[in-house]
Amino acid sequence: MPRRFALVYAAGVVVLAAAGAAAVAAAVLAVIGASPWATFATIVTGPLQDVFGVTEILVRAVPLVLVALGVAISFRSGILNIGAEGQILVGILCTTAVALWLPGLPRYVLVPLCLAAGAAGGALWGGIAGVLRARFDVNEILSTVMLNYIAAQLYTFVLRGPMIDPAELMTGSGTPQSMRLVRAAWLDRIVPGSRLHTGLVLALALAGLVWVLLFRTTLGYRLRAAGAGAKAARYAGVPVERSLVVAMLFAGGFAGLAGGVEVLGVHHRAIEAISSGYGFAAIVVALFGGLHPLGIVPSAVFFGQLLVGADMTQRSAGVPANMVLVLQGAIILAIVSAKMYLNNPYARQRVATALARLGIARGASPQAEEAGP
Amino acid sequence: MSEPIQELRLEGITKRFPGVLACDRVSIEVRRGEALALVGENGAGKSTLMNILAGLYQPDEGRILVNGEPVHFRSPADAYDRGIGMVHQDFMLVPSMTVAENVALGLESLHRGFRLDVREARRRVTEVAEHHELPVNPDARVWQLSVGEQQRVELVKTLCLGARLLILDEPTSALTPQETDDLLERLSRMTSELSIIFISHKLNEVKELTHRVAILRRGAVVYSGNTDDHSTAELAALMTGREVVLPRNDGSGAPGAPVLAVQGLKVRGDRGHLALDGLDLELRAGEILGLAGVSGNGQRELADALAGLRPVESGTIRFDGEDVSRSSPRRIIERGMGYIPEDRHHEGIVGSFSVKENLVLKDFAGPRFSRLGFLRLRAIQKNADALRERFDIRCSSTAVAAGTLSGGNIQKVILARELDRGPKALVAVYPTRGVDMGAEEFIHGQLLSLRRRSVGILLVSEELEEIMNLSDRIAVIYKGRILSVRPARGTTRQELGLLMAGGAHA
Amino acid sequence: MNAGRMAYDILSLGVPFSVALLLAALGEMFNQRAGVFNLGCEGIMAMGAYLGFLPAYLARSGPYGPWADVLGFALAAAAGALLALVFAVVTVTFRAPQGIAGIGLQMLGVGVAGTLFRHFTGGVTGVEGVSAWPIPVLSRIPLLGGVLFNHNPVVYVAFLCVPASWYLLYRTPWGLRVRAVGTHPRAADTMGIDVNRVRYQALMLGGAMGGLGGAYLSLCQAKMFADDLVAGRGFIAVALVYFGRWSPWGITGGALLFSLAQAFQLAIQVGGIHFPYEFAVMLPYALVILVLALARYRALGPTALGKPFNREMRI
Repeated sequence: MPRRFALVYAAGVVVLAAAGAAAVAAAVLAVIGASPWATFATIVTGPLQDVFGVTEILVRAVPLVLVALGVAISFRSGILNIGAEGQILVGILCTTAVALWLPGLPRYVLVPLCLAAGAAGGALWGGIAGVLRARFDVNEILSTVMLNYIAAQLYTFVLRGPMIDPAELMTGSGTPQSMRLVRAAWLDRIVPGSRLHTGLVLALALAGLVWVLLFRTTLGYRLRAAGAGAKAARYAGVPVERSLVVAMLFAGGFAGLAGGVEVLGVHHRAIEAISSGYGFAAIVVALFGGLHPLGIVPSAVFFGQLLVGADMTQRSAGVPANMVLVLQGAIILAIVSAKMYLNNPYARQRVATALARLGIARGASPQAEEAGP
Repeated sequence: MSEPIQELRLEGITKRFPGVLACDRVSIEVRRGEALALVGENGAGKSTLMNILAGLYQPDEGRILVNGEPVHFRSPADAYDRGIGMVHQDFMLVPSMTVAENVALGLESLHRGFRLDVREARRRVTEVAEHHELPVNPDARVWQLSVGEQQRVELVKTLCLGARLLILDEPTSALTPQETDDLLERLSRMTSELSIIFISHKLNEVKELTHRVAILRRGAVVYSGNTDDHSTAELAALMTGREVVLPRNDGSGAPGAPVLAVQGLKVRGDRGHLALDGLDLELRAGEILGLAGVSGNGQRELADALAGLRPVESGTIRFDGEDVSRSSPRRIIERGMGYIPEDRHHEGIVGSFSVKENLVLKDFAGPRFSRLGFLRLRAIQKNADALRERFDIRCSSTAVAAGTLSGGNIQKVILARELDRGPKALVAVYPTRGVDMGAEEFIHGQLLSLRRRSVGILLVSEELEEIMNLSDRIAVIYKGRILSVRPARGTTRQELGLLMAGGAHA
Repeated sequence: MNAGRMAYDILSLGVPFSVALLLAALGEMFNQRAGVFNLGCEGIMAMGAYLGFLPAYLARSGPYGPWADVLGFALAAAAGALLALVFAVVTVTFRAPQGIAGIGLQMLGVGVAGTLFRHFTGGVTGVEGVSAWPIPVLSRIPLLGGVLFNHNPVVYVAFLCVPASWYLLYRTPWGLRVRAVGTHPRAADTMGIDVNRVRYQALMLGGAMGGLGGAYLSLCQAKMFADDLVAGRGFIAVALVYFGRWSPWGITGGALLFSLAQAFQLAIQVGGIHFPYEFAVMLPYALVILVLALARYRALGPTALGKPFNREMRI
């Protein structure tokens, strides 16, 4: 039966892709003398051993969800935002700036204002790349990557300079970090004794809103059309260039918001290495989640676990934290490869024919699939 | 050099693509010095079959025999080794390279070592060109050549690479009538040395050139025999399986006021040159204005400019009384301009969107299908159901991706969308290209019924027969200007052919 | 600060600074001419940098100095070709989209390099690296001698690669195939050229050159390895190919332009001019954006760039 074969084929592709990624990671682990089994086991079971571990997974998942939502919007609109790292940093600067500047405001004004500022900053940073692509046809991967480097320098400059904690200057230790933010700016902890904060609620709510935006509104239709068929969209009168900029504003905004949420929810000040790769990880999260809000949430939890587990392996088995990057890279390659085979009736048929020739899987033969023209 | 091909046989060739049986146990044969016509509607499987013979596709079943010996072509190189070469419908020439360099690409012997010997390629080109009387300049860059010249280059190239059997896929589709006659005559002379397989759906050409004919319908051979044994009409009936009479414009009704007026239009093409150089045109309500011309003379740029997709350098376009030369595509669409684009897959539909989403591609933000920024899904569904019924769109459901439909059905989706909007004018660019006769009949019928409802239609087509059948007036475009506008009745193919080539002297 | 002295310093630094970019960009040129753009160049350079550094590091107390360097370059080239092979499988055989696949490769390369670094080397250590070989007579020419002829041998080799690349691309049969495959792969296919094989070859050559560029960074320029050594040069190399209009000469000009900007930044620091360090570091990246925005080169590039080739596509 062709339909059953289609399912088996799809499952086979997914399994092969996963195995490929795992094999790459295992090879690297073997080279550095770590046991792949032990490492994978630690990653899978380690974080789940206690409540704190589970909350840590969710703590990581929150910014991943937010940034990945933005990435999904941009990718679906046909513009590949690789600049989340930089957009997060700009968002952090804006959020921290507002919190430091207006500490006297009541919390229900201060928190939304700070977060809005973070989103606005990130949106601006993303918008630059959007305009560059729309007006000047600049490849957005290159421009957003460059903007990442620029943002990183800007961040360091501000943290060492205008925004540095006066206490640091006095003690002379010079750690680049801002002053601790007022209590009113903090996001509440949900689970006492853990770092899990109300940003989780915000992330989940936004996931729902993005779903509505993409699939139920005219704006979402416009963005998706621009991404799925820019030429046809132009012929239909859809302002494609403007849509690209709007998509980048969303993507940057979500990333900036994620940065703000991290500051207000977790660290309560701006510090170095705060974004620690969330920008890139979110790309993998988005791809893994099928660029769909319903897939992104579980995908973010999965990657949150990966991140926490990798931390643990670094401490216990001496596996460097860079392994996470290796895994992410391998997973991206696996996903994009698998995607080419999953939705591809030509490839499926080639496999079916080959298997039929080998005498396996009779009944998968495409003669049964024929329909008239 | 390969040995001469005394006999070529295809036996039981079968090829499947997902959901479609492209070739169904096809068997044909060609003998030395013979010209075989391979005839069938668009989508009948002719090109696929020949791609298999030329080594581009692998058959699922069946075999090929050259001089009685079974051969297996894994690539075009293998086919050329045996003397089989193909001239494709879209020219397979690298535009930025010279003719000699293009030929050098295929000459195996030149690919050894570290020095590229273009001189040898030039020598070969000149030799072959002289021998077959196909004048070609080996040092010309391909992008500078005209369509007719490029085709000569393709022929020379195939011969240089050692072809003893030439496969020609719709070679006359982009030529003027005079160039077509010229080509057929040359090919006729070549049969003294080569065998030819001539793919076409133009039966008059088949009659003129070929000795034998094989007719394909839905991937299977329905007739094979001598060309002279049957009349054109009989062959046509065999081709489509029934009596197909394409609808004609009966000339009834008088055209109304001008709905589209173009004056002195200057538009730049992609390479920066002036693709439209002072073009004047007038389209009236209730008439079909056919735009005839060899492709590449500005048709595409004109259609784009009318749709607002290309900036107008100077001149005006007045649509329904308003100057739209600087308007956005959105504005022009809202004013009531319909457009059936050339590339239906990429310009007409969003392939990965569902059929129902595509049907509202131009109106999704309007009051009919949206409310306060939210899509009205039920209205969209009902619209899709109604249009599917009315336009006989064959698809398993309106939720499937539009890109998976056949060419004819995609065209119907586009037609349905455009016509349902009640346009005041419609620009249709090559609307029946690559579409089977049933769909062609349907589309022609729709265009004629639009005409009766006082819509002005600009029909851009490379099929002179289509233009002559459907138009009230015919305009000939040449080098970015309109050379002449004549009533369709009373204009002959010859006259049009001369104009398409540039004027009184061809 | 003597302006003349500063100019001289900038120029004589600019030439060797450009080598890593130049090698990687020339390699990327072959990729793009064949129709594929490899954003994983950054990851390839990172791997090349580490593997180039490793033999020198392991042999640092022994007598094998120069041989270790040679081995390092060889390993770097091999690793670059291997990573490019992976990329080729994903983008040419599987026909996955090249942009995202490139980012995946970049992450992979950077991640593996960093992992190996932390495991085998631990902290940031210097190596002796490759020292300068002044060319006997020419390096004594006042001013010009110091700028052009007083560098380590890899610099000379790299600049020799420029005319060599031109010859390879325009005067050899392989180069003709590469250009055809990147402009009109379907035409090349009908003439019996194996499009995918040519793309594999171009990608592996590009990867090897990228690896060499990375090794240059660790062995000749910085003479050490650190996580942020490559600092975006791989991406800049990809941008350079656009900027240089896919020609070896244009790319050389671009590489020199960017390295001069970098040298300028250093000269400012050294010269004690009061300019925030971070803004100076930003300069090359901002320059890339500026250059990309001002250059409208789309129409001139290899027409099939970025599009996977599928013979059985029925359109």
